[in-house]
Amino acid sequence: MIKALHQIGRYFLMLKEVFNKPTKWQVMKDLIIKEMDDLIVGSMGIVGFISFFIGGVVAIQTALNLTNPLIPKYLIAFATRQSVILEFSPTFISIIVAGRAGSYITSSIGTMRVTEQIDALEVMGVNSLNYLIFPKIIAFLLYPFVISISIFLGIAGGWLAGVYGGFIGSDEFIAGIQREFIPYHIAYAFIKTFIFGFVLATIPSFHGFYMKGGALEVGKASTTSFVWCCVVIILIDYILTQLLLS
Amino acid sequence: MIEVNNVVKSFGENTVLKGISTTFEPGKTNLIIGRSGSGKTVMLKTLLGIHQPDSGNIAFDGRIYSDLTPDEKRALRTEIGMVFQGSALFDSMTVEQNVAFPLRMFTDMRSRDMKDRVNEVLARVNLKDANKKFPNEISGGMQKRVAIARAIVNNPKYLFCDEPNSGLDPETSIVIDELVQEITKEYNITTVINTHDMNSVLQIGEKIVFLKNGLKEWEGDKDQILETRNKSIVEFVYSSDLFKKVRESLLAEEEENNHNDKK
Repeated sequence: MIKALHQIGRYFLMLKEVFNKPTKWQVMKDLIIKEMDDLIVGSMGIVGFISFFIGGVVAIQTALNLTNPLIPKYLIAFATRQSVILEFSPTFISIIVAGRAGSYITSSIGTMRVTEQIDALEVMGVNSLNYLIFPKIIAFLLYPFVISISIFLGIAGGWLAGVYGGFIGSDEFIAGIQREFIPYHIAYAFIKTFIFGFVLATIPSFHGFYMKGGALEVGKASTTSFVWCCVVIILIDYILTQLLLS
Repeated sequence: MIEVNNVVKSFGENTVLKGISTTFEPGKTNLIIGRSGSGKTVMLKTLLGIHQPDSGNIAFDGRIYSDLTPDEKRALRTEIGMVFQGSALFDSMTVEQNVAFPLRMFTDMRSRDMKDRVNEVLARVNLKDANKKFPNEISGGMQKRVAIARAIVNNPKYLFCDEPNSGLDPETSIVIDELVQEITKEYNITTVINTHDMNSVLQIGEKIVFLKNGLKEWEGDKDQILETRNKSIVEFVYSSDLFKKVRESLLAEEEENNHNDKK
């Protein structure tokens, strides 16, 4: 318990230092662009693929469970839209990104620690926390864009599976996704996404930066960071849902 | 000049440095030697400001490190070059970008001037045609040269090297040692090298500080180390058969000279 509190305290002290002594803008802007490419653009492929097919699966599952002829077919589209916007895209895509980008962050910073590259930065007088973590936080400000793409592809996947699987007509599906639409749900999804983006940038960085040991420990740190990202994302998801939707 | 005054450093109940005092002069290659666990690395990290001494102080040309403000400490660090044991090159950057890194971070140089300066120091460490290569595409010896180039690109006043020969073949080790010594003299840098490589000690040791169990056991230069009768240092220096034979032949030569003198 004391160890956990120590780690939490250390995490917040790290955050304080991340925003201290900023790196020269000329250097920082290149780092931000590189991180956007690695973390955001690099995640688009897997996010798009999973979103499209999960959207399709949600539509098929819903259609197969609507056995009562009195239940309107447009509910297939309604259920797909609600699942994708409220939960699947913001939360579960974040878990997937924790596996993809989070592990990359932990292992790359951890390797820098093992190979004394972080010591080299410190000796030169560079604020290594700002240099390494701040660009990742800024890059993750684009994370809602990834989630927007995920939402679009998830619903598109649902439409394709629903229409071409013969479960629902195209017009009915489009009417279904418009039915009882609450714009606030989009705001809710993006609020969650911003916070998850911050978690995805900082928790893996924390585990990479403060790791000790060699190559084996880099692997262990990546696993630990993934587990903690998942735990924190799910907890924040619960708290935010309670606060924003109930 | 770096002055080390009665520095004590402990980790928990383990006192690693037990009151070390010495000076490291500019234009000289100063070596810290000792067995593993003698406190060499802690000494170097304390000199670099990575560890804070529990008592005593370290002065860089009269500036006592512990008395400096955070901004003054940062400014001082820009006067320090460091060559790490494993080179510590940034593996996401090319050789050229690695060497230019301190210039990009701490100067307002135009990119053309920066490029010229990078080419100048790469030529100084005899490294050509490697500008666009990444660290994993060059040999260990070349990586050390890049690390030296990065350490000196900003004209540092102080150069620290941690085991610069580790992992290198004897021939490359000699080249690296000579390079560090030449640069030290050329730019009048205060160079401090942490090593347990006896070839380096005998080749470039203009000032040698021998640590044992956290204490300064002996200090002198490469000529004095061959003549010393200090038991600890004799055991350390002549622990290999090769150096034992060197010592035996030196002592025999000395004895013969004494004998001839008496005659």
